[in-house]
Amino acid sequence: MWKHRHLLGISELSRDEILLLLSSAERWFAVTREQARDARPLLGRTVVNLFFESSTRTRTSFEVAGKRLGADVVNVSPQTSSVTKGETLLDTVKNLEALRADAIVLRHSASGAPAHVAAQTHTSIVNAGDGAHEHPTQALLDAFTIRAAKKRLEGLVVAICGDILHSRVARSNALLLGALGVEVRLTGPRTLMPREAAALGPTVRVMGRLEEALEGADVVMMLRIQNERLAGAMLSSTREYARTFGLSAAMLARARADAIVMHPGPINRGVEIDPRIADGERSVILDQVEAGVAVRMAVLEHVVRAGDAARASA
Amino acid sequence: MTEALVLRRVRAIDPAGGLDAEVDVVVEGARVTRVGRDAGKDLRASERVRVVERPGAWLLPGLVDLHAHLREPGGEGKEDVASGLRAAAAGGFVDVCCMPNTRPVNDSRVVTEMLVAKARAAGTVRLHPIGAITVGQKGEQLAEMADMKAAGAVAVSDDGRCVTSSHVMRRALEYASTFDLPVIQHAEDHALTEGAQMHEGAISTRLGLRGWPRVAEDVIVARDILLAEYVGARYHVAHVSTAGAARLIREGKERGVPVTAEVTPHHLLLTHEALLGYDPVCKVNPPLREASDVEALRKALADGTIDCVATDHAPHGVLDKNVELAEAAPGMIGLELCLPLLLGLAAQGAFPLASLVEALTGGPARVAGLPVPRIKDGARADLVLVDPTARWTIDPARLLSKSRNTPFAGRAVTGRVELTVCEGRIVHEATT
Repeated sequence: MWKHRHLLGISELSRDEILLLLSSAERWFAVTREQARDARPLLGRTVVNLFFESSTRTRTSFEVAGKRLGADVVNVSPQTSSVTKGETLLDTVKNLEALRADAIVLRHSASGAPAHVAAQTHTSIVNAGDGAHEHPTQALLDAFTIRAAKKRLEGLVVAICGDILHSRVARSNALLLGALGVEVRLTGPRTLMPREAAALGPTVRVMGRLEEALEGADVVMMLRIQNERLAGAMLSSTREYARTFGLSAAMLARARADAIVMHPGPINRGVEIDPRIADGERSVILDQVEAGVAVRMAVLEHVVRAGDAARASA
Repeated sequence: MTEALVLRRVRAIDPAGGLDAEVDVVVEGARVTRVGRDAGKDLRASERVRVVERPGAWLLPGLVDLHAHLREPGGEGKEDVASGLRAAAAGGFVDVCCMPNTRPVNDSRVVTEMLVAKARAAGTVRLHPIGAITVGQKGEQLAEMADMKAAGAVAVSDDGRCVTSSHVMRRALEYASTFDLPVIQHAEDHALTEGAQMHEGAISTRLGLRGWPRVAEDVIVARDILLAEYVGARYHVAHVSTAGAARLIREGKERGVPVTAEVTPHHLLLTHEALLGYDPVCKVNPPLREASDVEALRKALADGTIDCVATDHAPHGVLDKNVELAEAAPGMIGLELCLPLLLGLAAQGAFPLASLVEALTGGPARVAGLPVPRIKDGARADLVLVDPTARWTIDPARLLSKSRNTPFAGRAVTGRVELTVCEGRIVHEATT
C-alpha cells in the first residue's frame, strides 16, 4: 500500500497515503515506552540527520523518532552548503549512501534539493524542509494535532497567517489539508503573499486581512516572522506587523469560540502572536511538538520498508 | 578537389528575394553561379563536380545567430571557438555572433582579435564577436568600442548583466551609435530579480522558488526604447521573453524608434511548467514563461515585431547543472537544435516558414550589419540543405557541442540539417 522510498513532499501523496501515515502515527502515539522498546522495527538501521540549516526542534524530533524505532541516528550538520567547499550536495549524499545509511533526513535552504538528490540515490530521502518549498512532516503533525483536537478534518476552516511567501509549512499544509477537505485560508501582508497563491492548494482562499481570515475559523495557525523580513522593504516595523497581522485576544475573538491556536515554532513572541495566547488554553503548540515524534516514526518506518522492498525487487 | 557543387531539384526558399521554387543551385568556388529550373542539368558528377540530389529537400540561405556563448576564453571545458563553430555548422549557421561574458570579458581589442584569429584557424563558419558595453560588464565605464569594431566586433552587449543605470545606458547608446554599433540589452532590472530562479507565477509559488517577474524585463525595455528614441540610436533587445516586452517593441516600431529584437527557440517552445521537477537544465535567463507569453512571442515573430531568432546557446557542464536548482547556472545549448525544433513549430502553423527563415537570416544579419545570405546568382555561397521530413530523436550525446545541457533530450523532431555550405565549402554534412 505504501510505495514511496522517499518522502519529498505532500504534493506526491494521495489522500489515502496521507491517511495511512496519520493512522500509523496514531498507533505510535498510543504505544507505551515499554511497547516501543520491544517493537523497535528499525533496530540495526542507520538514519542520518543531514541538516544544512540549523533547526534544533525538527532535528531533535527526528532523532528521538529514529531512536524510538531502534535505529542508530547520526547527526551531520555541515556549517555551510558543502558546495562552497568544492563538494556538491550530491557528493555528500553519495558518501552517506556508501556508509549504508538507510535513510537521510535532509534539511536544506534550496527548494527542490531533496528531489535533486532523491533521483540519484538508493538511500531513502526524507524532506525535513527545503527552502520555501515543503515541510511534509510538519504538515502531517499539524493535521495529526488538528484531528486529535477536533476529532475530524473534513469541513474545518484553517486560517494560516503570516509570511506565506517564504513558508514551506504553509505550502505543505495547503496541500495536505486541501486533500482532506479542509478549507485553507491564507493571509498576510501582500509583500509576504506569493503571486497566484491560490495555486498552493485545492481549497485555498487568499484573504487580504487577518480579521477576514479568522472569521469563523476552527484553527488559527500563525507563522513565524523572520527578523530579516523586518530589515528590508518587505515590512515596515515589528510594531505595525503585530498590530495588523499579529494574533491578539481581540483578533482571536473573531474565530470560533472553540478555535485552537497553532504555531510551527520557534515563536517570535510579541510579533506574530501575543505570548498570553501562545501559552494560553487555546494553544496546542506543545501538542504539535509531541505529535511530531509519532508522525516522524511513522514516516521513517514506511520509507525504510519501501526502500527494502525496492532493493529486494531490483 | 571539388570545384563545383550542384544541388539538384531542391526547394529553394529565400524570402529576401521572394524565391520559393524547385530549382537547381550551382556553386562554383565561393559563389552561387546558377539558380534556376534544371540549371545544373548539364553538370555530371565527377571528381570535380559534386552532385547532391535529395528529392524533397529544402535549400535555405545560411543561417545567422546573433547570440551565442562560445565560452572562450575562460570556459573552454564547456565550449570553445572551434567546437562552438562546428556545432553552429551542424545547425545550419554560417555566421555566429558571440557574447562577451567570457573570462576575461571581451571588452577590448585584444580579446576580439584573439577570437577572430581562433575562428579563422578553425576554418568552419564565420565568427563575429560582440564587445562589452562597459569595462568588465560592470555597468560603469564604457568599453573601447571603436577599437573593438576595428578588430571585428559587430555590436556591443553586457549580456548576462543588464545596463541598469539610465545614465550609462543613454551614454552607451550615444557612444555606440557614433561607430554605428547596435547596443544589445539583456533586459533585466536586477533589483527585481535578486535570487530569482524561475518565472514568477503559479509554478514558482508552488515550488517555493524565488520568482523573476515579467515586469523586470518590461521596465527596462520600456525605458530603453524611450532612451533610444530620445538619442536616436539603434537598440536591440536580447532574448525577449514576455508578452509585455513584445507589445512595447511593437509600439516602439510603430513610432519609428530604431528598435529590433530577438527570441530564442526555448522561449517559443517551453513554459515555466518545465521546472516542475526542479530540473536545472530548464533553468535559463530570462526564464521560461507562461503559455500566454509563448503565444505572444510566436505572434510577434510572425508579424515582424521580433526580427530575429537567436539561440542564446549557453553550454554548461555537470558541475554547473547537476546541482540544486539554486546553485545551477542558467542556460541551455541551442545551435544544433534551433532549426529542427522551429521547423516543427512552423509546420504546426505557429508562424509562417518565410518568417522563420527571415528571422534566421536577414533579420539578424541586418542587426549585426552583415551581408544577408541569399540564394541568387553571384551571391556568396552560404547555404543550408534541410530534409524537412527526416524524423529523429534528440540525443545530447550525439551533438557536436562540448556540452549537453538541453531540455529537449529525447524529443522527437522532424527536419534535419543535411548539408551546410559556407563560402562554397561544405562545413557540415549529416551522417546517417
